[in-house]
Amino acid sequence: MSEQFEPRIVAFFCTWCTYTAADLAGVSRLKYAPNIRVIRVMCSGRIDPQFILEAFAHGADGVLIGGCHPGDCHYIEGNYKCLRRAHLLKRVVQDMGIEKERFRLEWISAAEGDRVKTVVNDMVAQIKAIGPLRLPSRFKQWDAEMRELEATVNHTEEMTHASQA
Amino acid sequence: MTEKKEEIRTGFYICHCGHNIGSVVDCPAVVEYVKGLPGIAVSRDYKYMCSDPGQELIAQDIREQKLNRIVVASCSPLLHEETFRKATSMGGLNPFYFQMVNIREHDSWVHTDKNAATEKAMDMARAAVARVRFHRALEKKKAPIHPDVLIVGAGIAGIHAALTLANAGKKVYLVEREPTIGGHMAMFDKTFPTLDCAACILTPKMSSVKNHPNITMWTYSEVTSVDGYVGNFTIKVRHKPRYIIEDLCVGCMACIDACVFKQKFEDEFNQGLSKRKPVYIPFPQATPQVVVIDPEQCLKLKTGKCKESCAEACDRKAIDFNQKETIEEIKVGTVIISTGFKSFDAKKLPQYGWGIYPNVYTALEIERLVNASGPTGGDVVMRDGKHPKRIGIIHCVGSRDESTNKWCSRVCCMYSLKLAHLLHEHSEAEIYNFYIDMRTPGKSYEEFYDRLLKEGVNFVRGRVAEITDWAMNKDEEDHLVIRVEDTLAGFVRRIPVDMVVLATGLEAREDAQDVRRLFNIGCGGEGFFMERHPKLAPVDTFTEGIFIAGACQGPKDIPDTVAQAGAAAAQCLALIDAGAIELEPNTAFIDEQSCSGCKSCISLCPYTAITFDAVKKKAVINEALCKGCGTCVGACPSSSIIQNLYEDDQIFTEIEEVLAHV
Amino acid sequence: MKFSYFPGCSLKGMGGAYETSLIAVMEALSVQLEELDDWNCCGATAYMSVDESKAFTLAARNLAIAEKKTDDLLAPCAACFLVLQKTQKYIKDYPEVGRVVRESLRAGGYDYAGSTRIRHPLDVIVNDIGLDTIKKTVKHPLKGLKIAPYYGCQVVRPYATFDHQDYPVTMDNLLKALGADVVHYPLKTKCCGGSLTGTLPEVGARLSNILIREAKRQGADLITTLCPLCFFNLDSYQDKMEGPEKITMPITYFTQLMGLAFGMPSSKLGLKRHIIPILPILKERQVAIA
Repeated sequence: MSEQFEPRIVAFFCTWCTYTAADLAGVSRLKYAPNIRVIRVMCSGRIDPQFILEAFAHGADGVLIGGCHPGDCHYIEGNYKCLRRAHLLKRVVQDMGIEKERFRLEWISAAEGDRVKTVVNDMVAQIKAIGPLRLPSRFKQWDAEMRELEATVNHTEEMTHASQA
Repeated sequence: MTEKKEEIRTGFYICHCGHNIGSVVDCPAVVEYVKGLPGIAVSRDYKYMCSDPGQELIAQDIREQKLNRIVVASCSPLLHEETFRKATSMGGLNPFYFQMVNIREHDSWVHTDKNAATEKAMDMARAAVARVRFHRALEKKKAPIHPDVLIVGAGIAGIHAALTLANAGKKVYLVEREPTIGGHMAMFDKTFPTLDCAACILTPKMSSVKNHPNITMWTYSEVTSVDGYVGNFTIKVRHKPRYIIEDLCVGCMACIDACVFKQKFEDEFNQGLSKRKPVYIPFPQATPQVVVIDPEQCLKLKTGKCKESCAEACDRKAIDFNQKETIEEIKVGTVIISTGFKSFDAKKLPQYGWGIYPNVYTALEIERLVNASGPTGGDVVMRDGKHPKRIGIIHCVGSRDESTNKWCSRVCCMYSLKLAHLLHEHSEAEIYNFYIDMRTPGKSYEEFYDRLLKEGVNFVRGRVAEITDWAMNKDEEDHLVIRVEDTLAGFVRRIPVDMVVLATGLEAREDAQDVRRLFNIGCGGEGFFMERHPKLAPVDTFTEGIFIAGACQGPKDIPDTVAQAGAAAAQCLALIDAGAIELEPNTAFIDEQSCSGCKSCISLCPYTAITFDAVKKKAVINEALCKGCGTCVGACPSSSIIQNLYEDDQIFTEIEEVLAHV
Repeated sequence: MKFSYFPGCSLKGMGGAYETSLIAVMEALSVQLEELDDWNCCGATAYMSVDESKAFTLAARNLAIAEKKTDDLLAPCAACFLVLQKTQKYIKDYPEVGRVVRESLRAGGYDYAGSTRIRHPLDVIVNDIGLDTIKKTVKHPLKGLKIAPYYGCQVVRPYATFDHQDYPVTMDNLLKALGADVVHYPLKTKCCGGSLTGTLPEVGARLSNILIREAKRQGADLITTLCPLCFFNLDSYQDKMEGPEKITMPITYFTQLMGLAFGMPSSKLGLKRHIIPILPILKERQVAIA
């Protein structure tokens, strides 16, 4: 690979804290890595674990969730709900062979524009170090392997069938 | 799904924002790229999309090109989403058939690599174009605005806002934690740059508040809970027992004279420079003119054993030792928070000797010391009983300092000048000001500085290193020595003085974080309440209907505080007079067809908006209570809850499409 | 409580009174000190200015040995305390320094991950053991003894690890807990002259003299310190100091005063290792000496 690996990170930011912090980073003209694609939700509580899995499945090398600090949720406690799901999901994701660095939950308040910068840069550097995830192509490969396996099994079954007959 | 599928005709617009976006993102390339995406009927770039011609472009295209979806790639939706929704509806389309792409704050302003930034803009545009297909026509909800207003904190900001609103005929609840209204301003002697006396301009406003038929003034009270939303807040206020029946007390102070205690407790209003009894009135013009008993100090309340001479002395039987705290519930539509500031604690910089050397004072202490109604009647006599011949005023104590507070407190240069003038006037002492930079921007402020220069006050540019009583030579003996690098003269000086004044900076109040949580607003890193936009929404917060005014938002002087208080009052009036506010229709609803009645969602809702219909065995969402966080949506195992504007289909499409680039 | 103990050269030499009294006091407080095996010179401030990376490596070797033992490292000498902390900070904050140091250490068969905590006994005694325990251990309160608490520059600057950089009070509070009178001492963190007493005595001795004169003016019977170099400068040069008047001012380590208050025999506290004798003033103030 001659071209340097550029990780693709999907981020889910709550509108009140982290999305606003990212806006603040912009207004402050802070510079950070361009590898992140932000999807806005009203609250980190809205984030369905499937969003994260879906992102990995479609080729994300990392997923970042940004919410309000504990106790500061605009909707009282949505971020706690998010935290609960993230804890479980972290284990699931790791069981699937996805490195823990690829999934991150950060509390970033609306005033912490510089934290958006640090977290994004940090995450990009970490994922660069561990390399691409490439789930879609691995899915294809697994599908091909599965088809091959099925074909072999079918073939063997046919043979057995034939010999019995 | 039998209805005829409409043909999607999307209009895509990318904004150059002058050079803000155009200099980093290759806008024409994005336009060309988007033309190749499914469903695109129009793809254009324009210098300023938010301008009238930019908006008209969208409306016109909708009409002429029969567009039924609009995507604008420009700045943050938090800034201009409303603008473009309006443009969409101008063209005759439901405003929610619109999606915004943030390529300024999240792209051109934060990245330098033009190729990467352009690629990111394409990814985000593609995701929005795909997402907007799933948008639906929505109606905005309207919430009526209760016309009453709550104001928290009755310093000059709260007082001014209350009077403005009350004069406009609105009912105001003014809640103050201390036994009197007036805040910090009531402690000041004179105000800069005009040197008019603080009490003379404040106390008439204080009594207007007291007497205004539209103002309910609650002192010694605190807000304990806040429920509801813009237009419809339910507030609980705790009235602390002052052990005095307010309606009966006339402030004759006979009880104070009668109290068996000597004056031995620190007088908070005089910054501890004088003593008071457990029963006291904070200062002569306190409003209300009602005494208060400190339960931690009163013998009767502490031990139960006292001959109660105060109660005996009260003709009107206003003393009630059995008073308990009470909780009152009120309904208001809007809230102004004006809780003020806290002075920097000079103890945190022991090298300046406050609390170590008796003749080191904070600025607030000096305000009381030079005050005609202060502890010495305006005589500048130090703690050691002497009169100072030389006084040093040290600027930026707890301001512009990496080790304490980084910010400039904005008022200290000016109040130091004022105190220099007043101290000189009261004591004829020679005055030294030690400053880093003189900051006197404001109407007639620089002229005031000039006046002080002409009055013969000395100015030394340099941050003071320390105050010490270590004498290097005979001249320094029995003095406080100010050691400072004079950065204009270029050497270190030791200047012996008799008295030191620390120009302490302004900080957020200690409990600002609690207040912030209570009202669900934001704080900046330094602890001051955060405005919705630093320039365009300086008194708004991120919570609709809650406004901020005065030094709780950041250090500011009296003129700025009053201006902000007026602005906050005007914002309340705007809402009240509109009668109702439109709310984002981002609420959730249940798809009854697929709801299995598992009840997972019910316990998750912080607003108890979800109930269970026992007959149908389905969950039901009360739309009026739903605030649109989407927590239930994220948890529903059968995807039976749909959040408007954040539907699963919309978000999954966005995820898929931001990653679709190969 | 157990620590790896890093004596450094001073405590094994001219600072012997500091070592004996520290060990005695820590034993009385049930703190185990285990001398760091095969420790080497911290490099002090001199080596830093000659060759930084070698100086950092020299100091880091001690940190590496301590890390293996996992106990926190107790560094009573102010200079050692500062140099070890500085090394720790530079390894952490400047990856290039960390890389060079680690490589050099590995070449010598050592490794350092950066986890050793460096502590000063004053911090441990006041903040870990606590003044309540100290008060309970005191047998003979140092009543009537007027003490100028002198911290010097290195323990509080530039790293304010456990107290304020310009106006520390930890030792003040400790001395009060011992029953002593702590005088107001505005020069508590001013320079004693450091190594200038050796190289430029006219400057160094003058700075020391200022400290002694001010202690006298504030009514102190003695100055207490926590730095072997401060002790040496203040104690050894008094007859060479030129000032308006001749002053003799006894100098002590804070650990010696603790030992006295704890009722330990003077033989355990190195009370005879002073140039300016300390016993007369103790007798005059009727401090009980076991």
